[in-house]
Amino acid sequence: MILADLVLTTPYYLVLSALMFAIGGVGLLIRRNPLVMFMCVELMLNAVNVSFVAFGADLNDVGGQISVFFVLVVAAVEVVVGLALVVAINRRRADATADDVSLLRG
Amino acid sequence: MAEYITFFFAAAIILVGALGVVTSRNPVHSALFLIQTLIGVAVLFVIEDAHFLAAVQVVVYAGAIVILFLFVIMLLGVDKAEDLGVEPIGGQKPLAAIVGASLLAGAFTIVLIATNGATGGSEVSSSEHALDNQYSDIERIGRVLFTDYLVAFQLTAALLTIGVIGAVVLTRTVKSDDRMDDLEPVAMDELPSLAPAGANDEHHADTADEEADA
Repeated sequence: MILADLVLTTPYYLVLSALMFAIGGVGLLIRRNPLVMFMCVELMLNAVNVSFVAFGADLNDVGGQISVFFVLVVAAVEVVVGLALVVAINRRRADATADDVSLLRG
Repeated sequence: MAEYITFFFAAAIILVGALGVVTSRNPVHSALFLIQTLIGVAVLFVIEDAHFLAAVQVVVYAGAIVILFLFVIMLLGVDKAEDLGVEPIGGQKPLAAIVGASLLAGAFTIVLIATNGATGGSEVSSSEHALDNQYSDIERIGRVLFTDYLVAFQLTAALLTIGVIGAVVLTRTVKSDDRMDDLEPVAMDELPSLAPAGANDEHHADTADEEADA
């Protein structure tokens, strides 16, 4: 049986992580709704988390998981501040998209 | 073998969710696809024996962060379909596709060319950091987090505090009619009496004393 020989190695996780990161990056560039843009940033952060844990397992070191813990905290703070900005902008201009923020140019 | 099959199921769930986040017209659907992706990532963490992170992934990401997204979507009332065909910046989508393809090509190059799992490192960790020591997953993380990474951990506490204060400051509204100097002065004898109308005997005695004082 060929399938029994298959072993899950680090490159599998890294390829999946690269795909997630690219999808998130493209979404960040093409979407205009700031909320969906934040979700794409979350996708990219999660892609990095997957590779951190894979590297940690590869090197037999818990440091990868510790890094993911800190990424989680930073992601939570980023979402809180980002959504506060979205709410503050929407209070001035309803239906604001990312392009409308160019009004800040004056 | 079992890990292998689980990995490909989880990978399919993750990639379908990720594409759904990017292509959904409705932000609510994007948020729900994001939950799908995050739970797929939690499955990957379980395969890699990172059980604490799998739990945190479900509780914090899927449970708190996406709910915050949904809450803001509902609060702002932007839960309606968005026309994805609108393209105010010319050539945005082809350029984004090129950037995405370059990102993917760069990452694949690193993965496929580099040896040693792209880290270039070998096992150098101390026994406290090693994933195969005698501790359980959560105990291992706790020991390392509260010793080697203590300063970083305390800085995250400061960061969270700053984030909460920043969110409150950003969304605060100052209503002009709440300000004290906008209030019109009111003559004291125009105020209604604070004494209850049909008070019992004790209260009656008190009000009688107060009236006598006045």
